[in-house]
Amino acid sequence: MDKDIVTLAHGSGGEMGHALVRSIVDIFDDPILDELEDAALVPFDEQEGHCAGRIVFTTDSYVVRPLFFPGGDIGKLAVCGTINDLAMRGAVPLYLSAGFILEEGLPLADLKRIVASMGEVAHEAGVRIVTGDTKVVERGSADKMFLNTAGVGVVPPGVQISASSARPGDAILLSGAVGDHGLAIMTQREGLRFESSLRSDCAPLHTLVQAMLEASPHIHTLRDPTRGGLATTLNELAGQSGVGIRIEETSIPIHEPVRAASELLGLDPLYVANEGKLVAIVEAKDAQDVLRAMRAHPQGREAAIIGEVVDEHAGRVAMCTILGTHRLLDMLASEQLPRIC
Amino acid sequence: MCLAIPVRIQDIEGSVAQVELGGVLREVSLILTPEAEVGDYVLVHTGFAINVLDEKEAQETLRLFAEMEEAAEGERALSVDTEGFDKTSGASPG
Amino acid sequence: MKYTDEYRDPGIARHLIEKIRKRSTHPISIMEFCGGHTHAIMRYGIRDVLAPHVEMLSGPGCPVCVTADVDIDRAVALAHLPDVTVATFGDMVRVPGTGSSLQEATAAGADVEIVYSALDALALARKDPERSVVMLGIGFETTAPTVAASLVEAQESGVDNYYVYALHKLTPPAMRGILDAGEVRIDAVLGPGHVTSITGWRAWEFLPREYGIPCAVSGFEPLDILQAVLDLVEAKEENSPRVDNTYSRGTKAEGNLVAKSLMKRVFRVSSALWRGLGEIPESGLALRPEYAAHDAKRLFDRLPPLGGGPSPEERGCRCGEVLRGMVTPPECPLFGKACTPARPIGPCMVSAEGACAAYYRYRSA
Repeated sequence: MDKDIVTLAHGSGGEMGHALVRSIVDIFDDPILDELEDAALVPFDEQEGHCAGRIVFTTDSYVVRPLFFPGGDIGKLAVCGTINDLAMRGAVPLYLSAGFILEEGLPLADLKRIVASMGEVAHEAGVRIVTGDTKVVERGSADKMFLNTAGVGVVPPGVQISASSARPGDAILLSGAVGDHGLAIMTQREGLRFESSLRSDCAPLHTLVQAMLEASPHIHTLRDPTRGGLATTLNELAGQSGVGIRIEETSIPIHEPVRAASELLGLDPLYVANEGKLVAIVEAKDAQDVLRAMRAHPQGREAAIIGEVVDEHAGRVAMCTILGTHRLLDMLASEQLPRIC
Repeated sequence: MCLAIPVRIQDIEGSVAQVELGGVLREVSLILTPEAEVGDYVLVHTGFAINVLDEKEAQETLRLFAEMEEAAEGERALSVDTEGFDKTSGASPG
Repeated sequence: MKYTDEYRDPGIARHLIEKIRKRSTHPISIMEFCGGHTHAIMRYGIRDVLAPHVEMLSGPGCPVCVTADVDIDRAVALAHLPDVTVATFGDMVRVPGTGSSLQEATAAGADVEIVYSALDALALARKDPERSVVMLGIGFETTAPTVAASLVEAQESGVDNYYVYALHKLTPPAMRGILDAGEVRIDAVLGPGHVTSITGWRAWEFLPREYGIPCAVSGFEPLDILQAVLDLVEAKEENSPRVDNTYSRGTKAEGNLVAKSLMKRVFRVSSALWRGLGEIPESGLALRPEYAAHDAKRLFDRLPPLGGGPSPEERGCRCGEVLRGMVTPPECPLFGKACTPARPIGPCMVSAEGACAAYYRYRSA
């Protein structure tokens, strides 16, 4: 039995700990990670142009229940999330770290499945996991597994993407339908007992961003609308850029099962998390070119122009509703819960 | 109060129905609507069908709406008044 | 989504609004009893396009909002008992009593489970016979039969550890309470469609008969609401108070007889304490003696003394007046300042249906 679950002995630094680390390293299968040094020594001129660029560096921690959900798992979520954080600055992601906090009792098979999923996504994305760490905590001190991933990437010369760069007159683009990730997870939770084709949209977006930058190197702003959803992200951008934002409700793509689950549970999909979507703010004259580039990419097939940046109501987001009336779209105040009324 | 939304019954077993909305499935109780049949639309509130939707009435309401739209289209040719509707409203409660 | 999307048509909405404007020669003030209507009116930006012809007043139809402090405090105390799980609809968990909310209680170690249905709470009780599972029975006539059904099933299948804390409230008595108090001018009432699905629209006939006020029972899509408002404007202009059922696809004259009889079998009518309205006779539901074994009141003698903190009202909250339609949320000095959806003081700012939260979230640009 002991061989099948994570135990405190796995965290002791002894033989079992080494074996656990070895099994993870073997799955990732990267020569730099394989050296098992305290820190990864990474080449920086391996690919052309790296030296001329600027380094971007990010970190994020992941906690999700359940660990496995339709369309992904915590490992895929972490790798994609960190790649996307780098990509939102226009960077080419290069190297990731993986820090595992494991709760005593976690089935080793689950751990391996998650590690394999991380390796697969990283490999497909052309990103290398080059350093890592594992810790085991007592039962009850963590929820099965927490995962931290840090990432390093390089921003090509000339690319200046920032949350504070949106300007009045700019167009606002969304790379696809919103709400899939959050609802895929919520409908899995015990107690709700929904069945659906809902799948997390969890995906790396850096190649989409690169395709967009080829269409226009002058993209002002990129952000992935994760926690708090599209509405919260737009509010953040309006605040950080000191501009107003106006969007059209009818232009926002939402898949039918997401709309349906939202109606049943009393949720607003504009406030539900996404893990494979981005909001881009670009000069109006570039909007059609960028939109075309997005739609030609697998992660941007349903891309749409959803609104514009305006001079008025700085820091706030206004929405033209499906009826043609107008209202403010606020930040998410607190996590949305299923409601009856 | 009372979130309730029309969903279609796909299957019934005893007093439990499998319902569908936009590709989302759930079991709901028919204890409050024993008359419900497969193919019916029911209003679902907290996992219970609280009423069978009257489709004839639903269609009738939609027909009246459509008629009204036709009549209004006729009138619209004479006068255009959509004041305040397409513009950002000035009155703010907040 | 069939029978939903058709009732959100912007073209028809525009025609209805034009008709309302043309038909209305006197300003009319309509109380939307139901929080679901408040939510929809704000979500679709309807309030602003109807003004100044039609003033919409929010009523007390949010079961979370009208739950009294003392009842929330008691639910929190129940959740703190070591062998008790409190099961609740998600709406309730953030509502503050005089002490903490259920969500804050969870952080302090209390056991609170969010459920979608009373049957899910019953399933929790079945799964863990060692624990007492207390379902918070909030909601109006729409929800009460569903909780009644869970009690019947618990009794028939011998799930002895399933309890209900009956806080259900009845809507017509609350409407009477507001009209009798006479604190606010109400020309017409937008009737709650899903409550009426159960009660039947005859339950509202007392409005034209006794108060001379028209009532239009309405569904929750924008076209439903606009059609009902148009009917109310016409009834008012014609000076012919009546009950119009504009939600004929979802409600009938007599309502759902099965649901009503189930409700009668399990509950008896009792007086109830409403936040903002006080004690209203015959406006609540209590468990009948036959179901006493499942009444959460059996656990009350194990509770420590309740309360202690200041009530929202003592902190300046005007939810009570908002619930009676006397003030609009922005008229409360706390609105949007000390009291926001992220840091709510009163229940009207917590519930998605609460007038304050709806006003805050969907205020016009």
